[in-house]
Amino acid sequence: MGNKTALYTTHQTMGGKLVDFGGWDMPLHYGSQIEEHHKVRQFAGMFDVSHMTVVDVTGADAKAYLQYLLANDVARLDSLYGKALYSGMLNHEGGVIDDLIVYNLGDWYRVVVNCSTREKDLAWMNQVAATFSVSITERPELAMIAVQGPEAIRIALSLVSADQAAVIASLKIFQGLPVGDWFIGRTGYTGEDGLEIMLPNEAAVNLWQSLADAGVAPCGLGARDTLRLEAGMNLYGHEMDEGISPLAANMGWTIAWQPAEREFIGRPVLEAQKAAGSSQKLVGLVLRERGVLRAGQIVSVEDSTENGVITSGTFSPSLGYSIALARVPHSIGSHCQVEMRGKQITVEVVAPNFVRNGKAVI
Amino acid sequence: MSDIRKELKYLSSHEWARVEEDGTVTIGITDHAQDALGDVVYVETPEVGTRVAIGEEAGVVESVKAASDIYSLVSGEVVAVNEALQDAPETVNGSPYDDGWFFRVKPDDLAELDEALDAAEYRELLESDE
Repeated sequence: MGNKTALYTTHQTMGGKLVDFGGWDMPLHYGSQIEEHHKVRQFAGMFDVSHMTVVDVTGADAKAYLQYLLANDVARLDSLYGKALYSGMLNHEGGVIDDLIVYNLGDWYRVVVNCSTREKDLAWMNQVAATFSVSITERPELAMIAVQGPEAIRIALSLVSADQAAVIASLKIFQGLPVGDWFIGRTGYTGEDGLEIMLPNEAAVNLWQSLADAGVAPCGLGARDTLRLEAGMNLYGHEMDEGISPLAANMGWTIAWQPAEREFIGRPVLEAQKAAGSSQKLVGLVLRERGVLRAGQIVSVEDSTENGVITSGTFSPSLGYSIALARVPHSIGSHCQVEMRGKQITVEVVAPNFVRNGKAVI
Repeated sequence: MSDIRKELKYLSSHEWARVEEDGTVTIGITDHAQDALGDVVYVETPEVGTRVAIGEEAGVVESVKAASDIYSLVSGEVVAVNEALQDAPETVNGSPYDDGWFFRVKPDDLAELDEALDAAEYRELLESDE
């Protein structure tokens, strides 16, 4: 048996199909992942993301430490209390150890990393911390519920305390703030507006139940994956890993090259790659006919002997056909070939972003 | 526990077969199979008039999660396919043994079905996989 979140029993009671995910027993769906997907795009859904790892960075060197640890620059958050930043945490070879979100909380920072990479992330963060005056504190006592969709914030506002509601109402997109022993971020992984609420484990069932009573659909990891893929968001271990440069994973925008004097782990390698011209890039693929693009399928491109690969593929419930993210040679044009079940199928190449705020963007 | 129908025959790859009154054989996927696949989004059935053979791929079912080949339990000529699945593939999830059937075969030799699993054997197979 794997690790269980505070909501494990609730998932069982609500008919969740529980599967192993990174060592955690998590709901895949509660009946139909497609219906859950539509609920998030059209109304509101909620996800138990308590398996995510929350790490607080405190101490005199907190900022300097994160400026060295991360490819993005936490100085971009200066004077923006609660503001969040997406970044890669790279190794010295410029590969991605993990992708994460960091919130600026004044003299400390909250970092949220993936669950499947928890141990190596903590080991790396602690190793790098050795030469800084910082403390790295994991927060396993916190559960996390993501409430996502066009009605998510309106419903959440109606269920929480006056203090919590005031904070929610004040939040800008990609900002998170503490309120009592809760922490509420206007962030997510679906391409919809919504909240990610960190709260004590013992309070999680109550919030989940009251959201459900208000019509918010419990959603599993299946819908979470189709939603993030439609939104063109990377998933660690698929779009990037320790062997893949952020430049080949559509993460160039998360690398803060300026100021030039800021040293960060992986910078020399990335600068060399940038100067040489990255040979691969991440694109979106669209197959409007029958069939589903799947991770691992080989992509071939005209005028290139080098192949690409689909990193994530699925049937898009919002669009009604298959979409994928693929790491491909830079020379790719408007179409390419994908080997599907022994046949070469022509598919369309688009920007890696398919659906935002309920609307198709391709 | 998934639904297993007494009157049907099964393959270990989770297809079922039902002998109809006119001697044709209807093929579909089991409740266990649809549950394991999750939401079905495409079904590819053989064309009417073509032949299917035991042990050869006769179609494909694709869910959000995975693609899976469909095998026939008998060899013969395809005499009907479930066209409704083209527009409503989710029928396979909701009604795997009835409205969610895939195709119907006029069998060369109905005795081929004797090789397939009966309901008790199929149940045993599912239980041993758990």
